[in-house]
Amino acid sequence: MAIAAQPQMPRVWRAESKPHKFCPGCGHGIVLKALGEAVDALGIQERTIFGCDIGCSLLSWDFFNLDTIQTHHGRTTPVLVGIKRARPELVVVSYMGDGGAYAIGAQHLVSSASRNDLVTIIVVNNTVYAMTGGQMAPTTLPGQKTETTPYGRDVELTGRPMLGPELVAAIAPPGAYVARGSVANVVQLKNYIQKGLENQIQGRGIAFIEALSSCPTNWRTNAAETWRFLEKEMSAYFPVGELRTPEEKPAARLREVPAHGPKP
Amino acid sequence: MATKPITGEQRAFMTGNEVVAWAALAAGADIMYGYPITPQNEIMHYWTRMAPKYERAFLQTEDEISAGFTTVGGVLAGKRAFTATAGPGNVLMQEAMAMAEMMRLPTVVVVTQRGGPSTATVIYSQQELNLTCFGGNGEGLRIVYSPASHDELFTYVIKAFNSAWKYRFPTFVLGDGYQSKMREPVTLFDPEERGINMEVCRPMVGLPGLPGEERDPAHLRNTYNLEDELYQVLTDSIREYEAMASEVAEWDAWSADEAEVLVIAHGVVSRAARAAVEALRQGGVQAGYFRSITLRPFPVDALRPLASRARHLLVVESAYGQLQRLVQASLYGLETPVSGYLRPGMGITPEEVARAVHSLI
Amino acid sequence: MALNLKIALAGEGGQGVQSVAEILTEAAYHAGYQPLYIPNFGVEQRGGVSVAFVQISEAPVSAPKFTTGDIVVALSHRAVERARQYVGPETLLVFDASLADDVRRVYGEGQKSLAVPALAIAKEGLHPRVFNVIILGVLVGVTGFLERRDVEQALERQFGHKFAQDPSLKELNYRALERGYLLGSERLEVGNRI
Ligand SMILES: Cc1ncc(C[n+]2csc(CCOP(=O)(O)OP(=O)(O)O)c2C)c(N)n1
Ligand code: SF4
Ligand SMILES: [Mg+2]
Repeated sequence: MAIAAQPQMPRVWRAESKPHKFCPGCGHGIVLKALGEAVDALGIQERTIFGCDIGCSLLSWDFFNLDTIQTHHGRTTPVLVGIKRARPELVVVSYMGDGGAYAIGAQHLVSSASRNDLVTIIVVNNTVYAMTGGQMAPTTLPGQKTETTPYGRDVELTGRPMLGPELVAAIAPPGAYVARGSVANVVQLKNYIQKGLENQIQGRGIAFIEALSSCPTNWRTNAAETWRFLEKEMSAYFPVGELRTPEEKPAARLREVPAHGPKP
Repeated sequence: MATKPITGEQRAFMTGNEVVAWAALAAGADIMYGYPITPQNEIMHYWTRMAPKYERAFLQTEDEISAGFTTVGGVLAGKRAFTATAGPGNVLMQEAMAMAEMMRLPTVVVVTQRGGPSTATVIYSQQELNLTCFGGNGEGLRIVYSPASHDELFTYVIKAFNSAWKYRFPTFVLGDGYQSKMREPVTLFDPEERGINMEVCRPMVGLPGLPGEERDPAHLRNTYNLEDELYQVLTDSIREYEAMASEVAEWDAWSADEAEVLVIAHGVVSRAARAAVEALRQGGVQAGYFRSITLRPFPVDALRPLASRARHLLVVESAYGQLQRLVQASLYGLETPVSGYLRPGMGITPEEVARAVHSLI
Repeated sequence: MALNLKIALAGEGGQGVQSVAEILTEAAYHAGYQPLYIPNFGVEQRGGVSVAFVQISEAPVSAPKFTTGDIVVALSHRAVERARQYVGPETLLVFDASLADDVRRVYGEGQKSLAVPALAIAKEGLHPRVFNVIILGVLVGVTGFLERRDVEQALERQFGHKFAQDPSLKELNYRALERGYLLGSERLEVGNRI
């Protein structure tokens, strides 16, 4: 497969594993393209470690010419945090789905955010558990039908959609970078991811980027309906934009505090 | 009260996951807790479609740690509660099951084994025998049924609820991905119409009366201060486990006496083993067949005499010796040689079993 | 010897091999047989070749999967290769006639086989969406153990709601079944052998 034949392919893409394994119309490929371009732009291919979760993200285990580890469902962030603590010169990327990040891996997200771990986390929000066939995810919209909410998501019984970036933005110490992008705006998404990688490289703190994404297979939608749901319904519930930048003045209660402790 | 999900006997042609959902409904299960994982998913899918019609409940938890512990909560509250999982989910569930084992909580878990270790495959294996029988930091005081057909899946899911509530040990139905996803004929029935009475489920917390005045408060613990205290609790549990073992242990055997080669299997592999032994017998080979239906407690008393009169034992399993180790441990001291046809994560056909038998004689 | 048929069907995701397996086993079940059907599944099945394992017997079937089929159906380039492992010297290989070159390349000249111009018939005479129903008809014809009525009833159970909305669809499906059946029954050899 000649690389020249595919001019938009980021340099860090691995030609041998293309065409990729995602379904037609899937957002995962677009998010990975944005990540690839950001890695290219920063020239960090040699020292970037890519970690993918179990979810449709697992299909990216051979996607890049990057050293890559496929971990367990929900456990990608701790594996990469472990690497980062042992080899701080590396740049670590934790790539996962909304189920991996906000359900089974929520404890790791909360802890890494509070520790301000130097890791760049990218979460693909497609409102479902895609890999397992379309069950409810923490991000499933109210009323949305899934395999485990066959009569529509009832917020009285199952709660409301999780707002991941808002959660991380609320608990992370100063220096964190938090944003929500969308596959509907790849340039902006790439920009967010690049800022997230820089945040880690500069040692400021955690970087967390959620990407609104499409799953036509489990939504059972055609192209037009896929885009309508993504652009109208998802972006209305999950506002796109930057939630925390390292430059901003953190809220008073989040400011660094002197050491405390009882003095016996 | 909603109508019964099944009346009379109903023949159907369906997948194993559908059978499990129907069995739980027929058994009067009140609530399912669960987290998606292949190949178990459709148990939840069918349950979430049917449960509201019969006033049953469902909670999708944030992971299997939670699914295990919410199931623990459900049985503490006196409900016939269950969950279903597989592979890495079964690993996470062991924490809650260790608590259930210690506190004698009648949890029911349906396991649909997939390839391991790690995420491995979503397809099939028999590699979760060790985990399901002995997972957790305990002694394996559990009841584990290994069904081999859709009819048995139906029967043993119902039985699992009864054994759990009768004996108060966490109870498992150890299926696999093949059984989950395959379609075959099955007969569904209402347990009561077959004379099966469902054990009464009594709550352990939230009992009537003012605690401390009208009744003793329920103070349920799993932590002990002294080694002796723990030892006493465990000794009592172990004694009760051993006392019920002969009542609970189940097995199946065919032309097993004085066999040249006694083929031992469990679960779906036992179908291939049985077919192979029948074919071998027709061809004049003195083969025999033994299958453990309960893996915990293991049917030692049934197997030992047959094994002692056989020339060879051949353990056949889709794992690397997990059943074989159970067999060898229960036959310690016998001189009959034991070999294995061990195919971790792979299906096994009758032809392969027959070849393995031939290679021994 | 009693009926004991093993059929593996392989095709691309959209070709409907799983529905063929489902309808065939449904029909066999209602006709009093003991069928067992299991699809292949995995994490990459969306992009991969879809395989259905079907066994139909008078007694309960032993193992869910098998190593060699009595009939193996291959409906795409990739399926021709993927199905190789289930084909033995006695196996009847059923394939879409457009794949003749692939079959020759992978299996040589000696393989017992039946080329069915299902794609062409579907496109020209019927409709591409009933491609798999033609294949279903071929299997019913070639094996000869089912009445056409059994299969029509199974189709009805599967697609009844769609037929109700659009009666012409029912007619289309029945015609596809008929065309396949005629092609298959000319080669009723598997049924004869067992
Ligand atoms: C411990 C454990 N539980 C469950 C699973 C099954 N599982 C695999 S992927 C997945 C969900 C994937 O959803 P998400 O994280 O949103 O990613 P997506 O596929 O939607 O991109 C689940 C539940 C697993 N692999 N491990
Ligand atoms: S199932 Fe959905 S998320 Fe997974 S690859 Fe297909 S479209 Fe993408
Ligand atoms: Mg998702």
